[in-house]
Amino acid sequence: MKRTVPLMIVMVGGILMILQYFIPHQISQTVFAYYTDWTPIIVAFALVLGVGSLTRIHSHKIRRKAKNWQYSYAVLIPLFGMPVLAHIWPVSLSGGMESPSIFHFTFMHVQVSIQATMFSLLAFYIASAAFRAFRAKSALATVLLLSAVVVMLGQVPIGELLGRWLPETGLWILRYPNLAAKRAIMLGVGFGMLATNLKIIFGVERNWLGGTGK
Amino acid sequence: MYETIGIWVGALFTLAIYSFLYKENPIYRLAEHLVVGISAGYGMAITYQITVKPRLIDPLLSGDHWILLIPGILGILYITRFIPRISWLSRYPIGFYMGTSMGVYFPLTMKANVLRQLEGAMVPLYQSGMAWYEVTGNIIMILGTLAALIYFFFSKPHKGLFFGTGSKIGIWVIMVGFGATFGFTVMGRISLLIGRIQYLLGDWLHVIE
Repeated sequence: MKRTVPLMIVMVGGILMILQYFIPHQISQTVFAYYTDWTPIIVAFALVLGVGSLTRIHSHKIRRKAKNWQYSYAVLIPLFGMPVLAHIWPVSLSGGMESPSIFHFTFMHVQVSIQATMFSLLAFYIASAAFRAFRAKSALATVLLLSAVVVMLGQVPIGELLGRWLPETGLWILRYPNLAAKRAIMLGVGFGMLATNLKIIFGVERNWLGGTGK
Repeated sequence: MYETIGIWVGALFTLAIYSFLYKENPIYRLAEHLVVGISAGYGMAITYQITVKPRLIDPLLSGDHWILLIPGILGILYITRFIPRISWLSRYPIGFYMGTSMGVYFPLTMKANVLRQLEGAMVPLYQSGMAWYEVTGNIIMILGTLAALIYFFFSKPHKGLFFGTGSKIGIWVIMVGFGATFGFTVMGRISLLIGRIQYLLGDWLHVIE
């Protein structure tokens, strides 16, 4: 019951779904329709697991007055505040999730701003990483450097000012040698995914069972 | 008024994040924790609105679709993870999701990651009217893909004409690809940075148009 039944669910579900793809019959389409209806519902409950885990960690931190425990309130208050503002107590100009509302305001002006800035922050770190990585110490590092410089210059107006060949070469690098490398990686990833899929379906890979209840 | 307050709040949080460039500080830490809480809270609200309510609660309350109790119960079983004595029950929904998803994605992965890529690599080396750089590009693309694949093939030692030379060419192709990807990523991040600076100097301070 603890291990065999879940492994059987995986195997039956996996084989059924592979078969339904190759059999365009009404029954197989119905099976697939059930899958598309049920899976989002089941996955939605997994969010409860994540939120529960986050709550447990931060409430534990607050109770123990661990280092920087005050910041845990900055996680917990919006964590529960956002759903409350959206559904239970929609205090706002229009109410609920529509604009303008406190829910919408928090998302647009706090979350979007912080996330966009965090990603843009990477520009500084990527530049410092480039400074260290782009030292033409070997022939391979020089190729890496040249390829990156041509692609970067090819996308900005100064590149076109330096010569029309620069954006064209940048595009050529992206279209041919870059595609060759990407394609090989994609094929490798694809074969890896297929092998992992089969290993999970046939119960060879069982790490997903975790250690709960043995 | 709503927009003005929003821009001020957005600008202050933008500065709070940029303050990390100097060093880690309480303002940055507050913004960092807030974004975790808001993202998770937003995720919960949206998931309820677009999934749980229309797909589960509304159909069940309408009296039909009792079959939806099955995914509902399976979903609830996830929560048993918090009760050590019966936490093994959470394997049932995980198993259902893993099995069916693996089955669904198997042919899709085969199609997108393998067959489509092989199809894309099968291009004519030369056709009338093709420019020289296109012909060279196609040759480099086909041989480069093969060489890069040889580089990633670890079941044979990289020695000899085929595996040895192939893997050596492969690493060159991969380096060009990594350089191009790096350049592309840098430009993406820089454009995000420009966007934030435009927000600060334009929307907030009105220094630029």
